[in-house]
Amino acid sequence: MSQTYLVGIDCSDCGHRAVDYAAEEAAAHDATVIVAHIVEWSPYSFNTNQENAERHQRREAELDRAHKEIVDPVVGKLQEKGIDAKGVVRHGHIAKTLKALAEELGATSIVVGRHGDSGLVSQLFGSVPGTLVQISDRPVTVVP
Amino acid sequence: MNIKRLIAFVVCLLGASPVFAQQGIDERIDVAIRPYADGVAGFIFSSFPIAGVPIPFVLVWLLLAATIFTFYFKFINLRAFRHGFQLVRGDYSDPLAAGEVTHFQALATALSGTVGLGNIAGVAVAVSLGGPGATFWMIIAGLLGMSSKFVECTLGVKYRNEYTDGTVSGGPMYYLSKGLAERSEKLRTLGKVLAVMFAVFCVGGSFGGGNMFQANQSFKQLVAVTGGDASWLADKGWLFGLVIAILVGLVIIGGIKGIARVTSKIVPFMAILYVGAGLVIIGLNVSAVPEAFRAIIDGAFSPEGISGGVIGVLFQGFKRAAFSNEAGIGSAAIAHSAVRTNRPVTEGFVSLYEPFIDTVIVCTITALVIVITGTWNPNVNPSDGVALTSQAFESAIPWFPYVLTVAVVLFAFSTMISWSYYGLKSWTYLFGESRFMDVLYKLLFLGFVIAGSSMQLGSVIDFSDAMIFAMAFPNVLGIYFLLPVVKRELDEYWADYKAGTLQKFGAAARRA
Repeated sequence: MSQTYLVGIDCSDCGHRAVDYAAEEAAAHDATVIVAHIVEWSPYSFNTNQENAERHQRREAELDRAHKEIVDPVVGKLQEKGIDAKGVVRHGHIAKTLKALAEELGATSIVVGRHGDSGLVSQLFGSVPGTLVQISDRPVTVVP
Repeated sequence: MNIKRLIAFVVCLLGASPVFAQQGIDERIDVAIRPYADGVAGFIFSSFPIAGVPIPFVLVWLLLAATIFTFYFKFINLRAFRHGFQLVRGDYSDPLAAGEVTHFQALATALSGTVGLGNIAGVAVAVSLGGPGATFWMIIAGLLGMSSKFVECTLGVKYRNEYTDGTVSGGPMYYLSKGLAERSEKLRTLGKVLAVMFAVFCVGGSFGGGNMFQANQSFKQLVAVTGGDASWLADKGWLFGLVIAILVGLVIIGGIKGIARVTSKIVPFMAILYVGAGLVIIGLNVSAVPEAFRAIIDGAFSPEGISGGVIGVLFQGFKRAAFSNEAGIGSAAIAHSAVRTNRPVTEGFVSLYEPFIDTVIVCTITALVIVITGTWNPNVNPSDGVALTSQAFESAIPWFPYVLTVAVVLFAFSTMISWSYYGLKSWTYLFGESRFMDVLYKLLFLGFVIAGSSMQLGSVIDFSDAMIFAMAFPNVLGIYFLLPVVKRELDEYWADYKAGTLQKFGAAARRA
């Protein structure tokens, strides 16, 4: 069975280290890499009428930007290296959405970079890799 | 550009204020506006006597509509209650649509426009004038009002405009004009007339109940906690109005999203705090609860010493419920129509929660606190709505009036932001979309903030009530013609729901 790596990136350098790691593994095992960016979003936020009215337009713009500036360049580089790669952008809670994406796309493992967050922030709100390790039902690789 | 305009406007006001202040700007504004306010109120509240009590026609109109909708849709307010919750929870939300406006968000936004001073000041007025029994009729009106909301919000989504740039705009002006034209060619003109009437009244309502009433009542509360008549602020309503107008202006003209965003985050928290404090007070006096309920039931059917007897009590309860939850008024349809769904009726189900939370929960808690703490007093001046609720909370939690003041000002602020949107949508429906018309409306809106905090409550309440209730005439009349449309949407959807063919997602799908 061929391997599929789901790599979560947030456009920071850590994310790219995760990409590099997944690229190496994929090249070695002839695997597929799915590059995912999750736009932080909650279905339970409180918005003004104006924000709601413009929401669809904003969402399209966010998806477009994420594809153009974050996901597509990475996918392009991977493909240049001859790796089977594709990109995906979603809205939602980052860790939960990555988990759901892995299920949906049949990824064999999830690869994420470790965030450069200070201790306090992750103590209070938890970190994406931390949460992912707790909730994921398949192997998670955290690249330092 | 816009900021420059706003600053110019404010500078003009500041320049003029010392002149006015010497002559008592508050009085001058009050004297100037009162005749118009009284005239408008007198017309809208034309009443006819039932059992010797003059009952305004508009209240009968709203109540009759809510009752007809409830029966026509076979108690949709009760039977879709559970499904509405599933929709709010996101059981039926496709993860691929994540990032769009959810049912929860549309409901929360609509609620921030309705939960406000009506729940605090209005209820106090109803219980003062109608006795504890008014609470009972308020709850009944809230439950029936759920059906009205269901109909108008379904229509709001169905006939909204989706523009090519991805923004949406909906509300009664669209369903009245597009919906009636779709029904039959003969109704096209009527639909257009009703839509224009609605838009005119909605602009008025956005200046009245959505603005002046809010500014006025929050100012009163601020004066009350800072020392009453002795307060430095006591005769400076215009100053308070100016500060609020600047803050509102920064949001709606300056486009400073931060303020709106912060407010929209704090307001739900304040609402929970308010309800929590109410529940604590009820809990502390739990032994008085059966007595309070008896007073409410007895007062509802055999009131003593209330002018107009049962009809008088019923009138007070219905009136304040309608003012608070705005069911049948049409305003909420504007807020709800931003939701992303291809089944309009789903937003109708979700909107059931609006009168339920607003009236059946929040208003009832206010009423219970007032009745239990015995702050209720038939001789109290009805113009002191917020003050009465404040006293009721103070008698149990001495420092609560300060919290209440913050809550009142924030509720007022968020209601103003919501109504400025409703008013603007109606205004641009009437005059077309242009930068000039947009800014002109917003400047007028800010002017009314200042007027509202300067006027005496009587004329403000009358004018506010009048304009908001006037919206119900074109709205409800048009809805009657559109009932078969809603019925069809409902029947189709309900059949799918019962057959289990609606797709569930996430945890809900795994449970199924």
